Amino acid sequence: MTHADGGGSKDASLENAELQTRLASIWSTPSGLWGVLSTVDHKIIGRRYITTAFVFLALGGVLSLLMRLQLAQPEARFIGPDRYNQIFTMHGSNMMFLFAVPVMQAMAVYLVPLMVGTRNIAFPRLNAFSYWIYLAGGLLLWIAFVVDAGPDVGWFAYVPLSGPQYTAGKRADIWAQMITFTEVSALAIAVEIVVTVFKQRAPGMSLDRIPLFVWSMLVTSFLVILAMPAIMIASTSLILDRLVGTHFFNPAEGGDVLLWQHLFWFFGHPEVYIIFLPAVGMVSTIVATFTGRPVLGYMAMVMALIATGILAFGLWVHHMFVAGLPRLGESFFTASSMAIAVPAGLQVFCWLATIWAGRPVFKTPFLFVIGFMVIFVIGGLTGVMVASVPFDTQVHDTYFVVAHFHYVLVGGAVFPLLGAIYYWFPKLTGRLMSETLGRWVFGLIFVGFNLTFFPMHILGLQGMPRRIYTYQPEMPWSGLNMFISLSAIILAAGFILFFVDAIRSARSGPIATANPWGASTLEWAAPSPPPSYNFARLPVVGSLEPLSTGSSVLPVAAGLRIDRRELLVTSVAEAIPEAREASVGNSIWPLWAALATTVTLIWSIFSPWAIVWGSIPVAVSLIGWFWPKGVPEDES
Amino acid sequence: MKEDTVLDLTELPEHGLGTASLSWWGTLAFMLIEGTGFALSIVIYLYLMSLAPRWPLDAAAPDLLAGTTLTAVLLASLVPNALVARWAHNQDLRKVRFGLIIMSLLGIIPLILRVFEFPAMHIKWDQNAYGSIVWVMLGFHTTHILTDLVETLVLTCLMFSRHGNNGRRFGDVSDNAMYWNFVVATWLPMYACLYWVPRL
Amino acid sequence: MSVIRALLLSIGAIVSGCSGNQSALAPNGAPAIHVEHLIIWIIAVCTVVWILVMVSLGVALWRKRRVETQGRTTERRLAMTVSAAVTATVAIVAAMTIASFYTTRSIGVPGKAALTITVRAQQWWWQVIYASSDGAPGFQTANEIHIPVGEDVRLELESADVIHSFWVPSLAGKQDLVPGRANSLLLRAEKPGVYRGQCAEFCGLQHSHMAVMVVAEAQVDYASWVAAQRADAIAPADPAVASGQSAFMAKPCAACHTIRGTSANGTTGPDLTHVGSRQTIAAGLLETTRGSLAAWIVDPQTLKPGNNMPMVPLTSIELRNISAYMESLK
Ligand code: HEA
Ligand code: HEA
Ligand code: HEC
Ligand code: CUA
Ligand SMILES: [Cu+2]
Repeated sequence: MTHADGGGSKDASLENAELQTRLASIWSTPSGLWGVLSTVDHKIIGRRYITTAFVFLALGGVLSLLMRLQLAQPEARFIGPDRYNQIFTMHGSNMMFLFAVPVMQAMAVYLVPLMVGTRNIAFPRLNAFSYWIYLAGGLLLWIAFVVDAGPDVGWFAYVPLSGPQYTAGKRADIWAQMITFTEVSALAIAVEIVVTVFKQRAPGMSLDRIPLFVWSMLVTSFLVILAMPAIMIASTSLILDRLVGTHFFNPAEGGDVLLWQHLFWFFGHPEVYIIFLPAVGMVSTIVATFTGRPVLGYMAMVMALIATGILAFGLWVHHMFVAGLPRLGESFFTASSMAIAVPAGLQVFCWLATIWAGRPVFKTPFLFVIGFMVIFVIGGLTGVMVASVPFDTQVHDTYFVVAHFHYVLVGGAVFPLLGAIYYWFPKLTGRLMSETLGRWVFGLIFVGFNLTFFPMHILGLQGMPRRIYTYQPEMPWSGLNMFISLSAIILAAGFILFFVDAIRSARSGPIATANPWGASTLEWAAPSPPPSYNFARLPVVGSLEPLSTGSSVLPVAAGLRIDRRELLVTSVAEAIPEAREASVGNSIWPLWAALATTVTLIWSIFSPWAIVWGSIPVAVSLIGWFWPKGVPEDES
Repeated sequence: MKEDTVLDLTELPEHGLGTASLSWWGTLAFMLIEGTGFALSIVIYLYLMSLAPRWPLDAAAPDLLAGTTLTAVLLASLVPNALVARWAHNQDLRKVRFGLIIMSLLGIIPLILRVFEFPAMHIKWDQNAYGSIVWVMLGFHTTHILTDLVETLVLTCLMFSRHGNNGRRFGDVSDNAMYWNFVVATWLPMYACLYWVPRL
Repeated sequence: MSVIRALLLSIGAIVSGCSGNQSALAPNGAPAIHVEHLIIWIIAVCTVVWILVMVSLGVALWRKRRVETQGRTTERRLAMTVSAAVTATVAIVAAMTIASFYTTRSIGVPGKAALTITVRAQQWWWQVIYASSDGAPGFQTANEIHIPVGEDVRLELESADVIHSFWVPSLAGKQDLVPGRANSLLLRAEKPGVYRGQCAEFCGLQHSHMAVMVVAEAQVDYASWVAAQRADAIAPADPAVASGQSAFMAKPCAACHTIRGTSANGTTGPDLTHVGSRQTIAAGLLETTRGSLAAWIVDPQTLKPGNNMPMVPLTSIELRNISAYMESLK
């Protein structure tokens, strides 16, 4: 069984140029439509994922501008209540499920295999499948919105409002099924990341040499794995209540309304850290590179990530402080929510110390990190405020909370993300983004953001509830609302400029070298952009910062086959090589499987039998996916 | 950057088994996802029970026969399942083929028994919340038996095809065996919950 | 701390005129006052924390750097500083947790209150039920709750359909009204006045127009209000008003609304027995005047799109008379 043709098909004996052509010929994606549809290259899929997520950001941003237009004046009549409710539901659901979570995972799909020094992500076909399912979920939601069937029950779709009695039509079902799509794709990526990080690290990359971004993605992936089942069960129960008359949330028949809230927030709170932790990893990476030294307290940072991940499952009730649960129980959740300030603070202090000890270089990515510090700490502190039960009884469901979560979501996650895009753009595209435009983008977004969202704290304390499509002229809110809406224009200008910069630079930006920032993690050892096989020879890691050991020589490993897609499996703790392993080739089956799943899921909004009949094409496509094709990758 | 070859991988096996295999870890991760799902469904059951004035809600406690028989069959199936895993480890094609046929049968029998479990609950899903959670728990577990059965059948076909005699296939067989253990293991708390908690 | 309050209030005031009577920062009842103290205190502490972090950030970024001995001692000094900061964080959040706990205790729902009122929220108005007491009959009103000043008042919160949230910030924090669950809230006003509140949990199309007024008045005023509300509706004297009444009874109105003392006994909409005495109609949408009543009755769906009162076709005479009748129901 083992291939006997030793040297000839191994890389050890080949010259570099020869090796690269041979590798390219087996790893590359064919050009043309077929290649587009069948590729399993994590870089192509990752880029595709990132781009799609940013399109959703722009769309969600446009929705927010529509809301700001409507709210600028009291009793405005641009948008009626029905449409407004769809818009804010779409804005929230789109931003959370179609932008923030996927974009973070997408960055990981692109970066993690490079940062751990392997050739492709684990389960590449699942990765392709995940993208198609995500795209289908996004299209489902947006097409429904365009034909006026967009969900209108808020991004957490509380029952009974979203239940069979109060939301007729298919709006709530579309929301619930969109959840299924995005969760399936998120779970798939989480599994890939966990296995990639556990088993595909470069030889020598022991646990204490894993880059912090990779650690953050590992913790995030576990959060996804443990949190998403809750929302899957919740949304399935909702669909069942609506479609076949179960009574999970019907108090008249022994169901319970708050059950929904428990399930939703048991997922929903970890969800916000699923968005935030990757951003933390990005900040650590950027801080290290632009201060020219490793982040202080590596172990502490890792522990803080893990602690946040664990605590995340003990906070969900802080979204339900006014639902009428026992007060004593609620106090426990005040304590646990406050406790999360400790790991958060620890990380902030470690970054500060790193900057103190290092030599900051004020490039655009670093500017976004500074902006992150200023804004996220405000958002975190308002989080601590709303974690207090009595405080929250006054500000829950007001614009104070809207301010809190935009401070943490935009300041805590989007700022690092934009910094990360400026930072990794050369690796993504081979070109640099504009430093001049970058400064403008940062300035506009930073100023625009604070002007837009800071006043919302005051509005909240002044009694303005959220999710209202209008307010009456006698309320003292119109001045601030007008101010906010005007400021949102500055913010939007910043984002538009960012899009312009990104699109322009991708086409005609200055060509980047392999390591334009002098960074020290492995992805910068590969060319910009990396070839289909990432590394001609797999790097061997001897320290936390493999590229800054002072020498200009990269230690590498040889001996992988070059007549099949092969990568290296290493042990979990010490990353000692265990086996050479085949990595599957391109395949159209993930697309078929995704199509079959999509038809089944959408059909199942209308009839429970869809699950029965739809499972047949799904099963067929899965068998096609896994059935051996007789290629070298399938044989040992 | 110049490269310096410091490590030779030529001698490594071309396919990892057990913890050295990616699909082993992948299966484990999926088990973690689904295990969380099962755990949550039990939590929902107990939560609804804690709110109800009496339990089961407007229904008699479930009949034990079908469910208990199914539990016994599942437990019994662990023995041949362990044997299949052992044979797969030894790459013994003939025995694996035989074992897979047995496991296919042992996947079908619980499905037949399951058909009798639903009526044994004395409640329909649309009667009240108790009925809803009971049906969903049974249904959820049934899909696991079903998907594992389909996988076993496909693997059986594979082992009889020209692709069969291959280390990678044997790895798939042992992953499938591990998954079946999981299907059995998750059933035990479900069984206790569905059949015995109402009798407490 | 009062500085912060002044600052917050004045930022609000500069941009928008005044801080209004629906504000957590203008408390007038014991629970709201306790919470306001906590709010101000926590905001003050957090502001200080933020400023400290920002100052450290600024110094870290722009401090003069000497050609440094990046030695172990620097690392250790920094690690010590980080640990100190973390310890301080632990102390601060512990203090805030304890403060919250004691505030929660001080505003808990008491066993005994001077008065208990049932509030039943519906899409999108508040049904207010005063139970019978001392042999006197109970009565219902809508969107307007009267309470005696200086007394603890307990609200039993129920929902007829979806989740709503009762929130009158000047008097107390909010509390949800959850179908299938019995919640309650303690209200208390220290000074007479009209306190506005608004539904705070998204409840569908007209969540935006679901306001409630709490009128706190001195014991005597309150007692006379109760007496007036208990009485049946006044029989119309004016002929136009009387024909308004008969039109009301003949039209679908009576199928949805109750007017005690008449044959109208519908329960879908608000009790209208004393609708003319209420300050606003349709949950704070409009001030109660004959004109606004007419505007509402002629086309409720334009004024409050999606609400549960249909447009009832009326001639202009009928409309005029019905509005007059409504206005007369003091
Ligand atoms: C990226 C997303 C993100 C992040 C990181 C956070 C972080 C936190 N959040 Fe937030 N939150 C959301 C996203 C996020 N949140 C969203 C989307 C909602 C609303 C959902 C909805 O209703 O639509 C929400 C709502 C929400 C609520 C419910 C409010 C309500 O509905 O009434 C609460 C209550 O406890 C809360 C608390 C916290 C806390 C304690 C943190 C902590 O993790 C913050 C910790 C950080 C710091 C504290 C700053 C750094 C620390 C220091 C500098 C040390 C010094 C600090 C002290 C001494 C205190 N959040
Ligand atoms: C990561 C998540 C995220 C992000 C980034 C944002 C970004 C923004 N949000 Fe959003 N928001 C939420 C998550 C997010 N939000 C959530 C979860 C809710 C709760 C929903 C609910 O209650 O159910 C919410 C609710 C919410 C409300 C409250 C609505 C209500 O309660 O009635 C408001 C109101 O102002 C608002 C405003 C904004 C604004 C102005 C931005 C701005 O930052 C947006 C800036 C971006 C742009 C303006 C886009 C610019 C691009 C273009 C214009 C296109 C150009 C195109 C090309 C060049 C291709 N958001
Ligand atoms: C199908 C039921 C229905 C019918 C018929 C109906 N109403 Fe109403 N009415 C309501 C509901 C529901 C409300 C509360 C609307 C809201 O505020 O959201 C209401 C509110 C009102 C109010 C405001 C009460 C308050 O205290 O705010 C008045 C006045 C009123 N109706 C008068 C009328 C008159 C006059 C007619 C007949 C021409 C009529 N209604 C017919 C259901 C009905
Ligand atoms: Cu009632 Cu919002
Ligand atoms: Cu939370």
